[in-house]
Amino acid sequence: MILPPSDPNFEQRLTDKPPLHDDTRFAAGKIAVFQYTTVGVFLFLISGFWRLQVQDPQSYQARAEQNRIKSVPLLAPRGRILDRDNRVIVDSHESYALDLARENLNEDHLKPIAEGLDLDYADLMKQVRRFKQPKYVPIRLKEELTPADLAFVASHHDFFPELELIDAQRRLYPQDGMMAHVIGYTAQITEEELDLPEFSKCSPGDMVGQTGIERQYNDTLIGVNGQRQVVVNNRGRVQKKLGEKLPVAGKDLQITIDLDLQAVAELALEDKIGAVVALDPRNGEVLAMASRPTYDPNRFTRDYKTLTTSPDHPLLNRAIQAQFAPGSTFKPVVALAALETGTIKESFTVNCLGSVTLHGQVYHCMRHQGHGSLQLHSAIVQSCDSYFFMVGDLLGIDNLAHYADMVGFGKVTGIDLPHEAAGVVPSPEWKIRVRREKWYAGETPSVGVGQGALTVTPLQLARAIGGISIGGIWHQPHLLRSLGATERPTRADLDPDNVKTVIDAMYGVVNEGGTGTLARLPNVEVCGKTGTAQLASMAYVKAHEGDSTKDMRDNAWFVGFAPRENPEIVVVAMVEHGVHGANEAPVVRDVLKAYFDKKLRVEALKQQEQGLATKTSSLSTIGLPRELPHPAGVRR
Amino acid sequence: MQYLSFRDIDWTLLIVVLLICAVGVVQIYSATLGTDTHNAWWKQILFVLGGLFLMWVVLSIDYHTWLHHVPLMYILSVVALLGTALVGVAVGGSNRWIPLPGGNRFQVSEFVKPVIILLVARYLTELKSDVLEIREMLILLVLVLIPAGIVLKQPDLGTALTYLAVLVVGAFLAGLNWKYIAAVALVAVLVLPVTWTFVLQDYQKQRWISFLDPELDPKDKGYQLIQSKIAIGSGGMLGKGVTQGTQAKLRFLPVPYKDFIFAAFGEEQGFVGVVFMLSLYFVMIMRIVQNAQTASERSGMYICMGVAALLLSHILVNVGMVVGLMPVTGIPLPFMSAGGSSIWSNFVALGLVSNVRLRRFVN
Repeated sequence: MILPPSDPNFEQRLTDKPPLHDDTRFAAGKIAVFQYTTVGVFLFLISGFWRLQVQDPQSYQARAEQNRIKSVPLLAPRGRILDRDNRVIVDSHESYALDLARENLNEDHLKPIAEGLDLDYADLMKQVRRFKQPKYVPIRLKEELTPADLAFVASHHDFFPELELIDAQRRLYPQDGMMAHVIGYTAQITEEELDLPEFSKCSPGDMVGQTGIERQYNDTLIGVNGQRQVVVNNRGRVQKKLGEKLPVAGKDLQITIDLDLQAVAELALEDKIGAVVALDPRNGEVLAMASRPTYDPNRFTRDYKTLTTSPDHPLLNRAIQAQFAPGSTFKPVVALAALETGTIKESFTVNCLGSVTLHGQVYHCMRHQGHGSLQLHSAIVQSCDSYFFMVGDLLGIDNLAHYADMVGFGKVTGIDLPHEAAGVVPSPEWKIRVRREKWYAGETPSVGVGQGALTVTPLQLARAIGGISIGGIWHQPHLLRSLGATERPTRADLDPDNVKTVIDAMYGVVNEGGTGTLARLPNVEVCGKTGTAQLASMAYVKAHEGDSTKDMRDNAWFVGFAPRENPEIVVVAMVEHGVHGANEAPVVRDVLKAYFDKKLRVEALKQQEQGLATKTSSLSTIGLPRELPHPAGVRR
Repeated sequence: MQYLSFRDIDWTLLIVVLLICAVGVVQIYSATLGTDTHNAWWKQILFVLGGLFLMWVVLSIDYHTWLHHVPLMYILSVVALLGTALVGVAVGGSNRWIPLPGGNRFQVSEFVKPVIILLVARYLTELKSDVLEIREMLILLVLVLIPAGIVLKQPDLGTALTYLAVLVVGAFLAGLNWKYIAAVALVAVLVLPVTWTFVLQDYQKQRWISFLDPELDPKDKGYQLIQSKIAIGSGGMLGKGVTQGTQAKLRFLPVPYKDFIFAAFGEEQGFVGVVFMLSLYFVMIMRIVQNAQTASERSGMYICMGVAALLLSHILVNVGMVVGLMPVTGIPLPFMSAGGSSIWSNFVALGLVSNVRLRRFVN
């Protein structure tokens, strides 16, 4: 269907109107304007490309590279912590956490995300709405993703670009807070910590040790993170690997703790508030160190609030941070001082009538009916206070302070753990310095029985008694196995006879019907000393009877070592409000028993293996007693 | 009947346009390599061949015949646009497409463009005067604003703007009084705040904001603009080479084979390639303008100038957008962007120009 062309002049021809002025030249000028405009438009566009491509291509090239090349950190696993028999105490494992990036968050996605990851939707919504951080700070949705979670994230990556998988190295600690205080825990480095010299190698986001071995040997345990450069697309999907620097794993750390002893110590302290320390007096190696109450480092961040507000202070490592009067456990030190200074002879006799009066003041013995007449040996065995009020008074505060200092009280032992407490050794100088008061002679007898201002930590007491037990050599307690070689002990020139007198008396405490009879073991000569430290005067306790807000019951101590000749282990148990040191003797006994039982088993096994080695050499490499149960709570 | 020789068609114009199409096909191939839209490049070749056929159909029929049927075509256009609003499918938040069997889509607003050109040409020709009076101007304005308004509601600001470009250039050529232009400009300035508050939709405001300062919102609306500038800038003087553009390949650049094809091209061919391509486009526009100058009478001149105005506005809005000189409006680059509707509509426009040229010696 072809229609006739419409002739614009057709109507004109029929009318009188002037003919249409129909040359196209009428617009020539305006067409020229259009042409110039076109030139202008193209120059304008080219100027835009000139600015981007010629003037400043480098910055855009850099941004294009930034877009496409991402550096993915390859996390270095933290070194493991091993016990003295190379059993794994703390391990690291790879895990994934999930972050919600809020920069490209679509709130409609939250519901399916919550359903897919088994999170509470309302809770998540609240969290997103109330999160106050700047937008580039993501919200941590979930830690330790399960395989199902990972599958969900992987399969929905294109739908939920706001989900970001975070690679993490998780620390795996013994369960139920076993050894928590010795090991410590790790956490992301804080702003303040970044400024500390000990963390100079760390960068933001690193996991660093916060306390315990984790903190002390952070530099050894922490590895060097690697890096992988990858090409990613606009959704962050990796397209190609460009290159990588592999991470260097942290070094394993062998510590002196024996997991078998540790397990016994932990169990013995169950439901108590206190600490147990076991040392090898011959070299200062810490064989066990337990503190109660404890915490679970695996769930530290979750429990943080209750842990910090609990009145029982579960974060406190009582083995090195609890400072209490040693009570009667100080008596062996006082006895040694009195003998060494020649203040008394072994035969020095006191008739205990339940109390003594010195400097016009009455000092009560624990046994109100009195011990009757006793010499040094039985005074220690029976733990007679009257005797040591007298001896302490005869010695004088300066001698007491000197010998307390000699055995290491009043100063940190230097154990390789952070935040060790020093305790207090009272002296006239100390009193002037700290209390701005003069020393009264009436204060001295109390120090003689380990009361007064004297305070020690369980570790200090273990070191002190351990040093005496081997004749006057005090090794520095330590947890790192390799420290033994560099450690320099302090020595005192003691008369072996005096030392023997004190040790024999401590043997009597356990084996001659003394206060520590409960620590007795067959086949092993256990020596020990009980201690019952008053928290308040008897008058005060009486006045506040029935007031349950403050537990004023006495702290209980027991220190024991064995065997009598050439001792190999010294154990201190301290229980807050344990009422009497005799109650804690079984704790020490259990640890000692575990030590010697194991020693026997290991020796038997060695003999067995030597017999086998002649037949099959391959078995000889196994150094562990195989029938030992794996300590509870240690997962591998 | 007049004598027509196809050897007389504007070969320079046609060769330039086919060259642009060829570069477009290569760029589509490069930008979609390894993606699920990789068949786009040979589809584009088919579209171009189809476009050439449409062009032949359009130029076979005397443009006066086409002008004669403007009222019918105009009504059909408006009906089709309204129909799009009813049965159309939304892609990327804009309801512009009528679904076709086989998963294809058809963009009505593209095919309305030649109708607008013819409408303006016929209306201005029939005024029979050298000065465009305000009353006549307003009538034409309303005629153009009806389809433009529907398109704006889709919402498709870019395409609506190209309709107005045809009108503005036509009115200018027809002798619109400067005073009126000044008055309209004044009114526009006064109306702008009202438009901003009541007419523009949120996403359109966002686009203006992100155009003025893309870094304000780098993850959302400004993202496309930033990535486009990074693509172009990182191309430098000589570019990264065909298929080597990382911005397009890794999908940082949105739709690198459609609206942002020129950014992908700039990344791979550099400033040198960009200047070459813009030169081709410049030659194309100038050839069309020359055909306007040689037209036998006014309607032909208006048609050619309408096509020139349409294509120039397309190039300005699209290339200006990718290089950050214009706000982000989703319109394709003529003859380069992948897509049948756009290619065919542009070849129809080219057919009109050739139509005018072939009949320049009539009378």
